[in-house]
Amino acid sequence: MSVLVYTESEQGKFKKTAFEVASYAKAVADQLGTTVTAITINANDTSELGNYGVDKVLNVSNTQLDMFNAKGYAEAIQQAAEQEASKIIILSSSANSKYLAPLLAVRLNAGYASNVINAPSSTSPFTVKRTAFTNKAFEMTTINTDVKIVGVSNNSFGLVEKSGDASAEDFSPVISDLGVKVESIDKASNKVSIADAEIVVSGGRGLKGPENWGMVEELASVLGAATACSKPVSDLGWRPHGEHVGQTGKPVAANLYIAIGISGAIQHLAGINASKVKVVINSDADAPFFKAADYGVVGDAFTVVPELIEKLKAFKAQQ
Amino acid sequence: MKILVCISHVPDTTSKINFTEGDTKFDTNGVQFVINPNDEFGLTRAMWFKEKQGAHVTVVNVGGAETEPTLRKALAIGADGAIRVNTAATDGFSVAKQLANVVKNGGYDLVIAGRESIDYNGGMVPGMIAGLIDANFVNNCISLEIDGDTAKAIREIDGGKETLSTSLPLVIGGQKGLVQESDLRIPNMRGIMMARQKPLTILEPVDANNETTSVKFEKPAPKGAVKLVSPDNLDELINLLHNEAKVI
Repeated sequence: MSVLVYTESEQGKFKKTAFEVASYAKAVADQLGTTVTAITINANDTSELGNYGVDKVLNVSNTQLDMFNAKGYAEAIQQAAEQEASKIIILSSSANSKYLAPLLAVRLNAGYASNVINAPSSTSPFTVKRTAFTNKAFEMTTINTDVKIVGVSNNSFGLVEKSGDASAEDFSPVISDLGVKVESIDKASNKVSIADAEIVVSGGRGLKGPENWGMVEELASVLGAATACSKPVSDLGWRPHGEHVGQTGKPVAANLYIAIGISGAIQHLAGINASKVKVVINSDADAPFFKAADYGVVGDAFTVVPELIEKLKAFKAQQ
Repeated sequence: MKILVCISHVPDTTSKINFTEGDTKFDTNGVQFVINPNDEFGLTRAMWFKEKQGAHVTVVNVGGAETEPTLRKALAIGADGAIRVNTAATDGFSVAKQLANVVKNGGYDLVIAGRESIDYNGGMVPGMIAGLIDANFVNNCISLEIDGDTAKAIREIDGGKETLSTSLPLVIGGQKGLVQESDLRIPNMRGIMMARQKPLTILEPVDANNETTSVKFEKPAPKGAVKLVSPDNLDELINLLHNEAKVI
């Protein structure tokens, strides 16, 4: 009965979250005194998984699953779980994993806890800590079913490297009618996505207009960060909806969140609370965001940000 | 087309979150409850289908009598009827089982649910309904067009969007983008008056165990004071981020 972990890849290459969920699965397996089996779908090279505690890899190579399909991927993971008699299945909190997990839960009649941030505090009963109320609180949840599904929040557990080799074998699940067909994908291939980002640079109405976003993008580029924005900015159409961070937008659980010209409404703060370090740059010293920030600069973004970019470039050059 | 819109009754987005009974229960004292924002986008899209293409729209909620004002608000916005499944919503899977039962008995072509509720953020109910009734499912849906039995949807993915084609019966997990924020409706007096005449059916729940149990809540530890850095000394900010916070 190994712990099964679904390690996501994109165009054959593992995402960073794949190694994070593998690390998490290893921690759970250690608690239970068992091993970790990973299932990969159309991944090229699975050898790296051994370095994050995976003992065995089930490789699925299936052209039906070249494009992500929640139903098809759930079927594949279900069959892997049944073959391995896995009672615990670990996934990430990516948009795709959150899409397929409820379908998998129904297939396996499994309780599912999403947005989990810690290794289980107890395995009997199986109890995990997850974020709730859009990061305004934590919830201790017990999963009561025989089979359990855990969705690990990005950047919450971190990577735990261990030297090891994972054995690999081919796995050929039977995939039925997919039901939903991908017609096209519109994705900037050279941009860091908010979900994957360790650093997020975000702008608010204080930036006065979309024409001023160049410096936000440049700062993000220097830091290898994703760009984001506050709700009013996306409502005004200055930036796409997909960049809106907050209670009704995307949650951010980055290691570093830099907010420029954002006052810090409660709904915005809820969306970024899970970030570890928050920096606020705002000309208004009374902006509520300063109360939630770790570091702050009271100053004009139009002078502070360009200067910060130059100083960071110099700093990076020295590293 | 018969549309079912799942409505979660949630604390207003500005609510302060507190707990009672030894941090085991959400403290509803002084909290205003609203239609879950992700569901509100879905309800508005359903109204669009009703008005432009012809559809019958029913809203449904799993909860006690205290959730009825939220259903009445949805009726005032324009839904034709409402159903309340008379049991406390304590677990995503059991809520999905109640809703799937409503869908099976009602013969709905399209089920619209928010991608997640803003209280428990489980994000599981729409997908579980789809799994339980074996319908097609699109999550994080930001655009939906229906033509006969076929549907074209756009969903948000990490770092972009994806266009999908599928067919009815369909369940979507909707969110902001499904309609423009400016198109969201506030009930007017006529709508509120009409809502009083519309049917609100109370259904008793089917058997469904709680697959998960909420044991206890915690609030984040209080934060220390912000460290302010002079705009004339940004080297210090870089130093703090590198040496103290260790994030760059």
